[in-house]
Amino acid sequence: MTWVTKTLNSTLGRKLIMALTGLFLILFLTGHVSGNLLLFKGDGGQAFNMYAKFMTTNPAVKLLSYLTYISVIGHIVYSIFLTQHNKSARPVSYSTSNGSSNSAWSSRNMGVLGTIILIFLVVHLQGFWAKMHWGEVPMVTYEGEEYKNLYLIVSEAFKQVWLVALYVVSMVFLGFHLSHGFASAFQTLGLNHKKYSPAIKVVGMIYCILVPALFASMPLYIHFTSY
Amino acid sequence: MKLTLKIWRQKNAADQGGFVTYVADHVSKDMSFLEMLDVLNDQLTEKGEDPVHFDHDCREGICGMCSLYINGKPHGPQQTTTCQLHMRSFSDGETITIEPWRAKAFPVVKDLVVNRSAFDRIIQAGGYVSVNTGGVPDANEIPISKTVADLAMDAAQCIGCGACVAACKNASAMLFTSAKVSQLALLPQGQVERKTRAEKMVAQMDAEGFGACTNTGACEAECPKGISITNIARMNREYFSAVVSSDNM
Amino acid sequence: MILDSKIPAGPLAEKWTKHKFSSKLVNPANKRKYDVIVVGTGLAGASAAASLAELGYNVKAFCFQDSPRRAHSIAAQGGINAAKNYQNDGDSIYRLFYDTIKGGDYRAREGNVYRLAEVSVKIIDQCVAQGVPFAREYGGLLANRSFGGAQVSRTFYARGQTGQQLLLGAYSALSRQVANGKVKLFPRTEMMDVVVIDGQAKGIVTRNLITGAIETHAAHAVLLCTGGYGNVFFLSTNAMGSNVTAAWRAHKRGAFFANPCFTQIHPTCIPVSGDHQSKLTLMSESLRNDGRVWVPATTEIAEKLRKGQIKANDIKEEDRDYFLERKYPSFGNLVPRDVASRNAKYVCDEGRGVNETGEAVFLDFRDAIKRDTRKIIEQKYGNLFDMYKQITGEDPYEMPMMIYPAVHYTMGGLWVDYNLMTTVPGLYALGEANFSEHGANRLGASALMQGLADGYFVIPYTVGDYLAQLAPTKVDENHPEFARAKEEVKQGIERLLKINGNKPVDYFHKRLGKIMWDKCGMARTEAGLKEAKADIQALKKEFWSNVKVLGTNEELNQTLEKANRVADFLELGELMVDDALNRNESCGGHFREEYQTPDGEALRDDENFAYVAAWKYLGEGKEEELVKEELVFENVKLTQRSYK
Repeated sequence: MTWVTKTLNSTLGRKLIMALTGLFLILFLTGHVSGNLLLFKGDGGQAFNMYAKFMTTNPAVKLLSYLTYISVIGHIVYSIFLTQHNKSARPVSYSTSNGSSNSAWSSRNMGVLGTIILIFLVVHLQGFWAKMHWGEVPMVTYEGEEYKNLYLIVSEAFKQVWLVALYVVSMVFLGFHLSHGFASAFQTLGLNHKKYSPAIKVVGMIYCILVPALFASMPLYIHFTSY
Repeated sequence: MKLTLKIWRQKNAADQGGFVTYVADHVSKDMSFLEMLDVLNDQLTEKGEDPVHFDHDCREGICGMCSLYINGKPHGPQQTTTCQLHMRSFSDGETITIEPWRAKAFPVVKDLVVNRSAFDRIIQAGGYVSVNTGGVPDANEIPISKTVADLAMDAAQCIGCGACVAACKNASAMLFTSAKVSQLALLPQGQVERKTRAEKMVAQMDAEGFGACTNTGACEAECPKGISITNIARMNREYFSAVVSSDNM
Repeated sequence: MILDSKIPAGPLAEKWTKHKFSSKLVNPANKRKYDVIVVGTGLAGASAAASLAELGYNVKAFCFQDSPRRAHSIAAQGGINAAKNYQNDGDSIYRLFYDTIKGGDYRAREGNVYRLAEVSVKIIDQCVAQGVPFAREYGGLLANRSFGGAQVSRTFYARGQTGQQLLLGAYSALSRQVANGKVKLFPRTEMMDVVVIDGQAKGIVTRNLITGAIETHAAHAVLLCTGGYGNVFFLSTNAMGSNVTAAWRAHKRGAFFANPCFTQIHPTCIPVSGDHQSKLTLMSESLRNDGRVWVPATTEIAEKLRKGQIKANDIKEEDRDYFLERKYPSFGNLVPRDVASRNAKYVCDEGRGVNETGEAVFLDFRDAIKRDTRKIIEQKYGNLFDMYKQITGEDPYEMPMMIYPAVHYTMGGLWVDYNLMTTVPGLYALGEANFSEHGANRLGASALMQGLADGYFVIPYTVGDYLAQLAPTKVDENHPEFARAKEEVKQGIERLLKINGNKPVDYFHKRLGKIMWDKCGMARTEAGLKEAKADIQALKKEFWSNVKVLGTNEELNQTLEKANRVADFLELGELMVDDALNRNESCGGHFREEYQTPDGEALRDDENFAYVAAWKYLGEGKEEELVKEELVFENVKLTQRSYK
């Protein structure tokens, strides 16, 4: 084993990967939510569709998107490693456990939250991302140039109440996941200082409410404006 | 007070074990939790039943020998050691569940007694400054800022009871390990072996089969000495910077 | 028989230097051929084991706890003395020596005490180098405080957990040697006997507390670092497991036991709350710097208080008796431990005790809070007040604390010479387990100093001197003495398991404790001691016919462990009484009511009792033989203590 694999296989190394991929995904979410705000523009989806094209063709964005895929997969794979390891560290569990007295619910259930988010992700990717990349998407022309009309797909999709509900509920789970994950990533990286940690906690709290709320507002907005 | 006690009984490491229910009568609120068990044990002995085995020694909250997972919490409802927990923290008629620490690295020896020698091995991996007796500089030769000395003392207070492992949903020993790594990383005396220490202690902690930290903070909340998880952050820092810059392959 | 203390001749300040030079040395290449056993891993044991392993000897270290880090040295709060004179306040090695000799009421050896003071300075250097986080000033240098009424500030401390930090330092040094393979660790292992071959200690017999296996271990030298025997009183500030078994079994194999009656009672402990009480908790005596000790002036008021008809705060100023301030106007509440303790006992004996059991006095911070504000008092004593509240459920900021004396430390122990060797060659005793250094009374913050001095700086030289005289060949574990000692241990255990009586072990331990406390405790009389002797003998008989020890040897059996220890306490208790009866004087922790000044102070008899009383075991049921080691004072003048 070289020192690299040894480090990455240590509990701390695995945590490091979780933290780094997690933080990258937080960055991704930030970008994702900012771009998607174009849905609220009320221009029939023109800005949004142009943005979608940019995101799927620009080489720099491509590179970022590969990083995102790696982060998602790394985050999932290492969480499985860690969860298995952590489960094996306590082969006999307690009959009575009073976890709520010493820790937050979300911090104890990151695996469950993550799994729910993963299920959502599959639905989400299949509905939009896969269609955008490989599916049949009607075209639309702005200023002489052809664009895939992703906006149409989105607004069609969110006419279904169940899908809107799924998105909104999933964002609640995402919020809880982030409520622990945000500050936790900094702690894992060793960034805990009495001067800065309170600020990290506050930003984390704002982030975990604001970003999922914005995401959730999109299907709601489309659902209620499309009639 | 009259209490119902649900206590884990296990004859030895190989035995399956299970809960046995006892009734403790005439419990005084001034008793310590362990004194309540002493009384139960005297009653069991008089009846010819094997007394409940549990670890304890100083009974003043400093040796770290007492353990017990009481009603779902290490050392019971208060943030203190079991020996300092008093029966006034419970109410008449209550049922109290008493279990041993649960972790792969802390196998049960008998009843509520577990083997915590994994902690000793973590310290043996590097929790020291390699100086022989004699031949050291004068104690005042290296001034240490009071703030740093105080921070080191905060970490050094760890009593090695294992409540952090017991409380952690992952049975992680990071609070314990980080307390020693922090103490010695903060002090000038610990600098020479700083990198190797962090690497070796973390490796030993993993080899013992403790879980990984997921930053729930349960350890800090249950630590009878109030050791902070800032120490875990410091250990992470120490470890990551050590692995990328040390000469150890 | 004459006991040779082997104190080197010559001027006091040169004795140790000369002695180190005249000690024989073991060739560095030969050190690995010698095995040393260390029993106990407290300050003395851990420091000795680590230091000897560093030199190259093969060390086996034993402790009954699950980890060496749990030895009871860990509970020491106050600090450690050292004659560093960092404060420029007039301290010196000679002053620490003088204070220790005087504080011990002139019942310790000048040579030993001087050496202790001399090496004290190196202890601090060693501990700092190990990473012990002592308290510091803002400038980064070490902080000191004055402790236990000392005139200079020479006490180093790490918050209220000095013992813990020093022990963890020694434990880390020990751990390092375990990792190096030079120390083999045996936790949860109890020493049951010493193996003596041709008059020399050659090994020990142990019981594995998990499996019950009785095993033998051979070595060229055996070091007993097994602490004190305060638990003979059942209730003490010692840990539950602290015991005399190792020392006592060594005593039965020929090691003399010295001054067993010298026990220290600490005045500021939390009082007993009921029959269920298993141990007593000490609070730092620094509390007496600001707290005022009092009881009600009359028994009537005290009676009402005990019945709960009135509260402490209802008692008017003129109805309060600040008895220490009244009797000792110049020292007041800061009189030495023994004086404070005895006076608390007197007022309670008069019926003026303040809690339900009648055995408690008040320690009141009302005036200090009024004078300095609550905040200041909180800064000084916050952790102690919290601890008090945790244990008693009462808030000492609102109500006066209740305190009562408790057994805390035993100055007596195995007799050792200047080399710390007992009367059995090759068998050593270190730390609280030996009798030396503290005389009849130990000063605050000196126990930690002695444990570490013995382990780090004395034993490495003196053991080497002994080993250098032995051939570097393995001790033969097949020698029939090993088998015989092992068999005897097995028989002893079987004997206990066979009794199958009606009473649990604690029943006997509690009764022994009560006899000792009532009749061989803070104040002793000839008549009381004679009664105690008869009582203990009767109790011993009852123990051996009616104790109930369940289970088998071949398992973790905490009852059996306790029974073994209590059996030895019963024998030791009788010897303590003999020793107290023999010493017809009052000195330090030994107060015989017949021997007091008209003011009620301890009256020493230097003419007839300036000696160490060493006791030789002569066999089961036989009276022990007293062997005297006369104490020679060449440097200090013996004076009477006065705190008026």
